[in-house]
Amino acid sequence: MASTTRNPVQVRGEVLSVKQVGDYFAMTVVASGIAEQTRPGQFVAVAVSGDDGAMLLRRAFSIHHVADRGVYGGTVEFVFAVHGKGTAWLAGRRAHDPIDVVGPLGRPFKLPAQPAHCVLVGGGYGAAPLFMLADELRKRGCRVDFVLGAANADRLFGALDAKRMAASVAFTTDDGSYGERGRVSDVLPEVIERTRADVVYACGPMAMLQAVQRVAGEAYDGAGIPAQVAVEEAMACGVGVCMTCVLPVIGDDGETRMVRSCVDGPVFAGDRIRWDALGTVPSDAVGAAAMGL
Amino acid sequence: MSGDVTIRTSADATPAADIDLSTDLAGVVFPDPVFTASGCAAAGRELAPYNDLRAIGGVVTKSIQLRPRSGRPTPRMAETPSGMLNSIGLQGPGIDAFLDNDLRWLADNDVRAVVSIAGSSVDDYGKLASRLRGQPVSLIEVNISCPNVEDRGQVFACDVGASAAVVAAVRRNAPSGVPVFAKLSPDVTDIVAIAQSCVDAGANGLSLINTTLGISIDTTTMRPVLAGTTGGLSGPAIRPLALRCVWQVHAALPHVPIMGIGGIRTGLDALEFVLAGASAVQVGTVIFHDPSAPSRISRELRAALADRGVDRLADLVGLAHRPPVLTVPEDADPPGDEPEPAPFLPRPVEFEESSP
Repeated sequence: MASTTRNPVQVRGEVLSVKQVGDYFAMTVVASGIAEQTRPGQFVAVAVSGDDGAMLLRRAFSIHHVADRGVYGGTVEFVFAVHGKGTAWLAGRRAHDPIDVVGPLGRPFKLPAQPAHCVLVGGGYGAAPLFMLADELRKRGCRVDFVLGAANADRLFGALDAKRMAASVAFTTDDGSYGERGRVSDVLPEVIERTRADVVYACGPMAMLQAVQRVAGEAYDGAGIPAQVAVEEAMACGVGVCMTCVLPVIGDDGETRMVRSCVDGPVFAGDRIRWDALGTVPSDAVGAAAMGL
Repeated sequence: MSGDVTIRTSADATPAADIDLSTDLAGVVFPDPVFTASGCAAAGRELAPYNDLRAIGGVVTKSIQLRPRSGRPTPRMAETPSGMLNSIGLQGPGIDAFLDNDLRWLADNDVRAVVSIAGSSVDDYGKLASRLRGQPVSLIEVNISCPNVEDRGQVFACDVGASAAVVAAVRRNAPSGVPVFAKLSPDVTDIVAIAQSCVDAGANGLSLINTTLGISIDTTTMRPVLAGTTGGLSGPAIRPLALRCVWQVHAALPHVPIMGIGGIRTGLDALEFVLAGASAVQVGTVIFHDPSAPSRISRELRAALADRGVDRLADLVGLAHRPPVLTVPEDADPPGDEPEPAPFLPRPVEFEESSP
């Protein structure tokens, strides 16, 4: 693997704020050293339950926003839903509470070298990293359009930011409570055609990413356009040592390997992921034969 | 093992910088007793941003096999109270790529390497050991106890004869002068018997312990959380179990060096293992919680010795097995061949008449 210039740091930070946003929480942490280095698509790994707590595994969250200067020094904001005890603990933090954060981690979204038309697709709070990306793309002269989807209106994330930043925004909800009833992949073909998109960026649940990749691959009568997708795999450490967050990915040499989404991702080219084999080890993967002994 | 320990009052505690944390593991001296545990540090490189890896005892690399292995399907991990279950399945690049990339990186960066090897047969282990000849390896750890093997009933470390056969093959093929440690499973009836058989077969030391087998069930899906159903339990949840194993083996084999492993989270946890009989410790699951844990735990251990006025870590190995040390005031008469003092007899006590 090519080494990168990133230099993650572990910071004993301090909670600046925890805000409820629809069905989600947005936490801002004072953590100098992370903000300055963060590129869109990278994430932080957060320790929960304290130094003596019973929950040992770090929780990984896409970085939503950073401010590398200001009265508080560098701050990092991430978004989460309360799914279990760890995220419930996080939601219970208050301003000035200590919090241990490692970041920025992972490979960021690849950016077009030339100005391009970009469609950014977010599912639920998976949309969180797309706004930094939109900023960066617009600075480079790219056209940015958004497709945001969720189960219902309360689970759409970043609608106002998207409207402010993008040339257009399409919304979908499963229950039709906001925007079109349906999935992001239902409206994506039309958005790609209408905006003459060159590339799709996506972050959200795996099933959504798979559908987005299928649409991108079939765009323009099968010519296809590239999709950069940020995956959500369960991680224990976030830094590359635990080997739990693997998924089958096709390498430059055409071989499939079980690669770590924390250090080789979380952003992958959508056409490199073996979508149909997620949760399994394909029999043609490197080293799969040795497992059957 | 060593002479009596002088435990002084904190008034004349040793400055932390002067404390000797070095440890002798079967003839190889390491300047620090804290190592990363196999499978919890990859091959070290990923932890370099958070630790000075040259300063700790060394990196125990993820168990390497002859051929590349993809590992098991996901989910491979389940968080449990003060611990976790894993069923990674020994994912790895195989010995060739390991030597070319991982071991080379450790050597280029002056990090002491303890290479963990694992195989499916006695022959595998022998071949792996011979591949380490001429390589920059400080110590070899023989993983005969990984629970995530194909046939979980066939863990070498659960059988006295199989353990001995593997260890003998490794010792026979390994570079001479490089100690061979066998890493044992707690999932046995008598860990001392396994330890004894490994030592008899040529193991220079023992790594205690590997994970213990567990299961977690998702009450929503009503199915096991792990794709592999069972997984290895690690973390502070198993610390007393690990400590018991170190205690029993050290009591039975006091001259065999032990690397203590199991739920170590702080310097005081490490000290517990040393007092139970470990000459060094490995820290594993805590790294997932705190990637700078190896350096932190070494620092905390040093401070713990300073607080206790202990100059040398080696003096504490197995100390808890010995009777309590009484602190003697410095101005007390030195012990000599004085006659036994007469037994103390209480004087009769007279009571006042009770008040009306």
